[in-house]
Amino acid sequence: MSAPRTRRSFASPLDFASGRVELGHGSGGRAMVQLIDELFATAFRNPWLDQRNDQACLELPPGRVAMTTDSYVVSPLFFPGGDIGSLAVHGTVNDLAMAGARPLHLSAGFILEAGFPLADLQRIVASMAAAARAANVTIVTGDTKVVERGKGDGVFINTTGIGVIPDGVQLSGDRARPGDLILLSGSIGDHGMAVMSQRAGLEFETTLQSDSAALHELVAAMVAAAPGLRCLRDPTRGGLATTLNEIAVQSDVGMVLREAAIPIKLEVAAACELLGLDPLYVANEGKLVAICPPEDTERALAAMRVHPLGAAAAVIGTVREDPHHFVTMETTFGGNRLVDWLSGEQLPRIC
Amino acid sequence: MKYIDEFRDGAAARGLARQIAQETRPDREYRLMEFCGGHTHAIYRYGVPDLLPPGVRMIHGPGCPVCVLPIGRLNMALELVARPQVTLCSYGDMLRVPGSGGQSLLKAKAAGADIRMIYSAADALTLAQRHPDREVVFFAIGFETTTPPTALVIQRAAELDLPNFSVFCNHVLTPAAIAHLLAAPEARALDTVPIDGFLGPAHVSVVIGSRPYEGFARDHRKPVVISGFEPLDVLQSILMLVRQLNEGRAEVENQYTRAVTRDGNLKAQRLMAEIFEPRPVFEWRGLGLVPHSALKIREPYARFDAECRFPLTYQAASEHRACQCGAILRGVKKPTDCKLFDTVCTPENPLGSCMVSSEGACAAYYRYGRYQGAA
Repeated sequence: MSAPRTRRSFASPLDFASGRVELGHGSGGRAMVQLIDELFATAFRNPWLDQRNDQACLELPPGRVAMTTDSYVVSPLFFPGGDIGSLAVHGTVNDLAMAGARPLHLSAGFILEAGFPLADLQRIVASMAAAARAANVTIVTGDTKVVERGKGDGVFINTTGIGVIPDGVQLSGDRARPGDLILLSGSIGDHGMAVMSQRAGLEFETTLQSDSAALHELVAAMVAAAPGLRCLRDPTRGGLATTLNEIAVQSDVGMVLREAAIPIKLEVAAACELLGLDPLYVANEGKLVAICPPEDTERALAAMRVHPLGAAAAVIGTVREDPHHFVTMETTFGGNRLVDWLSGEQLPRIC
Repeated sequence: MKYIDEFRDGAAARGLARQIAQETRPDREYRLMEFCGGHTHAIYRYGVPDLLPPGVRMIHGPGCPVCVLPIGRLNMALELVARPQVTLCSYGDMLRVPGSGGQSLLKAKAAGADIRMIYSAADALTLAQRHPDREVVFFAIGFETTTPPTALVIQRAAELDLPNFSVFCNHVLTPAAIAHLLAAPEARALDTVPIDGFLGPAHVSVVIGSRPYEGFARDHRKPVVISGFEPLDVLQSILMLVRQLNEGRAEVENQYTRAVTRDGNLKAQRLMAEIFEPRPVFEWRGLGLVPHSALKIREPYARFDAECRFPLTYQAASEHRACQCGAILRGVKKPTDCKLFDTVCTPENPLGSCMVSSEGACAAYYRYGRYQGAA
């Protein structure tokens, strides 16, 4: 790859083997320019970044513009199946995709803690760049700040994304109607449990991988196959239970789930069992929930199942009328229970 | 999951439910208390009440260690973490419980106190070894299930002569609480306890055995069935209780034979007896003062007792006046009988003990069952 047009020459290149982030890397001076040149602009390279302006000036295709922002603070920074860099791309791409938008551009804001190894930062940035390339989005503008040691947790990343919604696509959380079916693209809890398996004080051995992935292509296939789709949402923090409760309130409906229909991997179920967690509340980063009118469901499901990210898609329940907005579930055991909002953080039970 | 799914099997559940329905008599009620929060949680999480005939009513007992810990004891823990040299180690679900003035361990942590969520008592000991400059205190709560591990870390700390480790001991005893329930004022006044039989604890009984319940069966004529925590265990135990009641028997039966024996774990019992002794009296949230119902650390191990090491004083804190937790824990009222339930008392803002942990009767009902009342 040839050097960017405006690349300066520095006395010595950044030491990505053993160097560390210093306060000067966020000062706005020469050190910051060097970090941007040798790391960010090289990894994310595109015409907008090469211009070295404080903003990217974009020409967007016709259609409504979707915009979203998200900050990433995951701990640990590297986990099986991903890292904070790929997550920062997938999360924001998915938030755009849930409106049916084609994601186009991202911004990236980094808050770095002084002393953070440049080697780790380089790994994160490379993974972010790879995720963006794979998702066909460009990181067109960014920001770097450095905080004193002890005032951050290594790296925090904020990404903002914009995308364009094709004409005729109308997806929104307030469009679920009684009689609609609830579709889920695959197994739940993979991301949350993969991250938790690496947490300090809790390390357990598992082959589990985070499901972190960009879902916009799956969405495009679904929208094309089932134009009647009402609503899409990715059940991230708070898990499937929280997402369905949100939609129920927004749409002024209730829902009934069938526990037996919800795909859960054995490793996730076992780890949840061990830690006293409920997989319905565990985070996902590569799954989506779709609310679909019955007449479109077969087509939506078929489109999902031929896509690798929707291979295990299933109908998990139905929308019904309920002024209380309750989400309930028929248990495999044969009873019924409420699937309530998560209260506070999901803390393990002790006995 | 092997050895778990078998105990949650829907077809077997339907079979047991049919049997229970066939054997219950239409002319009587079966008021059964599950003592343990673990049972309460399982009953709601799997929707067990939907499988029971109308005559069988489950009463949710006080067996939730987080729920029964009085606010005054939590205030003592909050007092401890206000000391800059203290690192407090606590089980997760204790962190959110509100103490006086709306303070909680989570809030104290957010304000800078050094509080660690741990999964086992051994983690606290390891932390003390790794940080000799910190006063590491383990916030020990729980019934006989969690007591042996606490005893073990105290014993180990003594062997290591660890100078910076102590335990804030709040362990409570199951048989004392059941005895208290059977002697509750309602029982004496009306000469009838509104409880016909008990689903005995699972894990607690692994430690103490089934023998301690024999007195209740004999003296109070109440059948007890020790039950596992899986939903099929619960259904089978209910069937066993129904049969005992139908036949006029009041015995201790053991459904959880895969883990519980009559004598329990003698080694664990010896260890507990070496490290702990009963307190003359201990306050239970919702039940009040219960004699000989909790443990304190024995004198030879006093240097590991946070209550000896730090100047802590217990002050009883008052509950909300409209709170019905006491009556709910004794089986006299249901969560929905309380005016505070789902109005000002919710899992986000728990006022009473039964709402503080997911194993509490009100919290379990709120979380899994309240759609039924609204329908």
